[in-house]
Amino acid sequence: MSTETLTNAERNAKASAQMALKDNLRDYGLVLALIAIMVFFQWQTNGVLFKPVNLTNLVLQNSYIIIMALGMLLVIVAGHIDLSVGSVSGFVGAVAAVLMVQYKLDPILTTLICLAVGGLIGASQGYWIAYMKIPSFIVTLAGMLVFKGLSLALLGGMSVGPFPPAFQLLSAGFIPDVIGPLTLVQPTLDAAGKPVAGSAVVLHSTTLLIGVVIVALMLWSSLRSRANRESHGYEAEPFTLFVVKNAVISAIVLFLIYMMASYRGLPNVLIVMGVLIALFVFITKRMTFGRRVFAMGGNVKAAALSGIKTERLTFYVFIIMGMLAALAGLIFAARLNTATPKAGLGFELDVIAAVFIGGASAMGGVGQVAGAVIGAFIMGVMNNGMSIMGVNIDWQQVIKGLVLLGAVVFDVYNKNKA
Amino acid sequence: MMEKTILEMRGITKTFPGVKALQDVNLNVRAGEIHAIVGENGAGKSTLMKVLSGVYPHGSYTGEIHYEGQECHFKGIHDSERQGIVIIHQELALVPLLSIAENIYLGNEQAHYGVIDWNAVRRGAAALLAKVGLKEDPDTLITNIGVGKQQLVEIAKALSKEVKLLILDEPTASLSEKDSDALLNLLVEFKKQGIASILISHKLNEVGKVADRITILRDGRTIETLDRHDISEDRIITSMVGRTLEDRFPTRMPKIGETIFEVKNWVVHHPLHADRQVIKGVDISVRKGEVVGIAGLMGAGRTEFAMSVFGKSYGQRVSGEIFLHGKKIDASTVGRAVAHGLAYATEDRKTFGLNLIDHIKHNITIANLKGVANNGVIDDMRELNIANDYRKRTNIRSSSVYQTTGNLSGGNQQKVVLSKWLFSDPEVLILDEPTRGIDVGAKYEVYTIINKLADEGKGILVISSEMPELLGICDRIYVMNEGRIVGEMAGSEASQEKIMRAIVRGEGKAS
Repeated sequence: MSTETLTNAERNAKASAQMALKDNLRDYGLVLALIAIMVFFQWQTNGVLFKPVNLTNLVLQNSYIIIMALGMLLVIVAGHIDLSVGSVSGFVGAVAAVLMVQYKLDPILTTLICLAVGGLIGASQGYWIAYMKIPSFIVTLAGMLVFKGLSLALLGGMSVGPFPPAFQLLSAGFIPDVIGPLTLVQPTLDAAGKPVAGSAVVLHSTTLLIGVVIVALMLWSSLRSRANRESHGYEAEPFTLFVVKNAVISAIVLFLIYMMASYRGLPNVLIVMGVLIALFVFITKRMTFGRRVFAMGGNVKAAALSGIKTERLTFYVFIIMGMLAALAGLIFAARLNTATPKAGLGFELDVIAAVFIGGASAMGGVGQVAGAVIGAFIMGVMNNGMSIMGVNIDWQQVIKGLVLLGAVVFDVYNKNKA
Repeated sequence: MMEKTILEMRGITKTFPGVKALQDVNLNVRAGEIHAIVGENGAGKSTLMKVLSGVYPHGSYTGEIHYEGQECHFKGIHDSERQGIVIIHQELALVPLLSIAENIYLGNEQAHYGVIDWNAVRRGAAALLAKVGLKEDPDTLITNIGVGKQQLVEIAKALSKEVKLLILDEPTASLSEKDSDALLNLLVEFKKQGIASILISHKLNEVGKVADRITILRDGRTIETLDRHDISEDRIITSMVGRTLEDRFPTRMPKIGETIFEVKNWVVHHPLHADRQVIKGVDISVRKGEVVGIAGLMGAGRTEFAMSVFGKSYGQRVSGEIFLHGKKIDASTVGRAVAHGLAYATEDRKTFGLNLIDHIKHNITIANLKGVANNGVIDDMRELNIANDYRKRTNIRSSSVYQTTGNLSGGNQQKVVLSKWLFSDPEVLILDEPTRGIDVGAKYEVYTIINKLADEGKGILVISSEMPELLGICDRIYVMNEGRIVGEMAGSEASQEKIMRAIVRGEGKAS
């Protein structure tokens, strides 16, 4: 008996280690794909892609897609879809413009009102989906048309802008360098004794400090959870894997931080995005709310019979989606510094594609925040890289479509093989 | 009497992975007779009919089928239909939003080059409806007529295929008495026209009324074929259940305490047909440390009763009272029912019990996430410890708690479902067909878990269609039929004959 339990424990440990490796490989596959795509475009654009200014732009250009992808992940995991997010974000941008430009409302108050409007829109769609059991595809298709029309009506078919400077900071701002610049390489002087543009390397030291703190926190937390596992007598993943994994992640983060620091520092938007990503990772991995959403998406009948209030849960998921669409709309409007009737057009496609590239299942119940974020970056890097290369917009669409199909086919194929 | 044999099945053996569903079964049907097949659930009746109609194609079973003097090798249901053998399944195969006429000719459209001749369809349908005695417009949608009439449409559909041998699988299970009588009269009418019928039924009174001969199946074997003048209910019942209880159940010394759970005057209506009562005033009680069984045939309303008690998960217009420790409780949602200490382990673990794409750990904790979380944040380590603990206690065989439940065997899936409900720390557990589709070894383990729970002082209600199982594990047994309790007996006094008698004689009246 005792020998049997021992072998069982051993087998357990081995299985969980294998499981960890297998899980990780799937996740790393996506990261590797992103890196491969980045390297490809770095080569094809003669090094433009990895220039600090371009990396910063990449973040700014994709922030609203990523923010909506977080909500879309929950929606898709719950077994639904939201086609209205593009229209909703455009509509909320229009509301913000009307409030600030025509009614001269304070930007902060406007932001709060707009987030509430987004939540309300999410609730109004979620009500039909959750309680009246109308398919989400239909409800949000209707929402897509309704809010596209409403933003046209609200703006009278014209662009409204510009916004107060305080509001523009949401998208165009960078965090202040409270410590002061750090000059790494002095500028070379030309014959006239003036510095040559771009020859100096001056770093945003506050950004650097934040980056180091973040990496330290990440390392500390993964060490702690490892220690926690071991103190409960469970085998953690192999130590070498643990070290390599953390080293690679830290290196990537530090590299990106360095690039940001050598331009203008961290964009405000990146801070908002980072906090939201961390929050959604926490919600999906650690909170009962997230667990219930996954359970519901996996088998809604079993979830209901386990005491989960599936209707209310669906309702909440759509409220969250609405608020995130509103935030994305604000960021996009702030970035353009104007609200246009065309804002948000087609965003839903990029958002949904990001979530599916990130490994979510159209059947519900499967998906990861990290996957959705990386999926959004894959789409973003392709947009960015192909634009720099001068690929026509028509062919960009074709290539993006094929990448989406390829990613999902690859996933399904892998699953069937397993 | 016509003595010509129309169908002879000889030595049919059909094996599924792990189970012998049919073993050397013989069936002989004469031309123009009504031949009844009776037997317990799982005796192999439906499997035998699927072999006959080609649902299980030739080659997937052993034995011979001779029909009208020729040996037949049906490859699919089309082959058998071409020979005039038509089967009407228990679940009707009609498309609700198509008309009666369209359904009658579904897959057999009256068309020239793909263009449907609607006049021919309507004329043909009207003629067939007249034959089965259904006075409805052929253009009426199926969804707008009752189940009894739908059954007649199925028969009209069979007639459109020039049927010579009609097989009806529990045709009257969901019909009222009047509709049942009409249907049975129709079979007698067909008999005069030379159409033979095979009637599968649990209702021995009906069988006695119309059948010329009866074949009794038990545990996948033919027991005997009786002639009309031999048919007596007692004789049939003895043949149906005649087997001894072997040593398949762990022993237990019951320590039964006070009543902890009571349901009074429970009435439930069908979820779609608001005026149809499915549960017609049921009263039951369970005592502390007691294992109580609910016996009955499929369709008796047992699952519907349990699910409606558990957070109104079935039906509409639910009324009645639930008491726990003598206090009336509100179990109108699953959440409330669980909070009061009720648990319901479903009969259909794949559809209602498990998230098959997730692993064991998450499935075990999902009904009691509060038990592994503080303020909505899950404590990973506590969850892992609990999952491992239950995996050991219920003896779930898997590589780890991270194995996907969809890849487990039926027995291990059932143990995950049980673990889930054990972790919700219930006082009363309702176990619906807890051993359906699992092997003998796993059954023993499930019985052991049930016994342990009873010893811990929980009240346990077991719904099962396997009578030996109820006799083996229950302290007390209720018998349910057609939405009513038709019998109650102590486990020590119960026997399969008594239960069967209560079912076939009760006919809805409490005995």
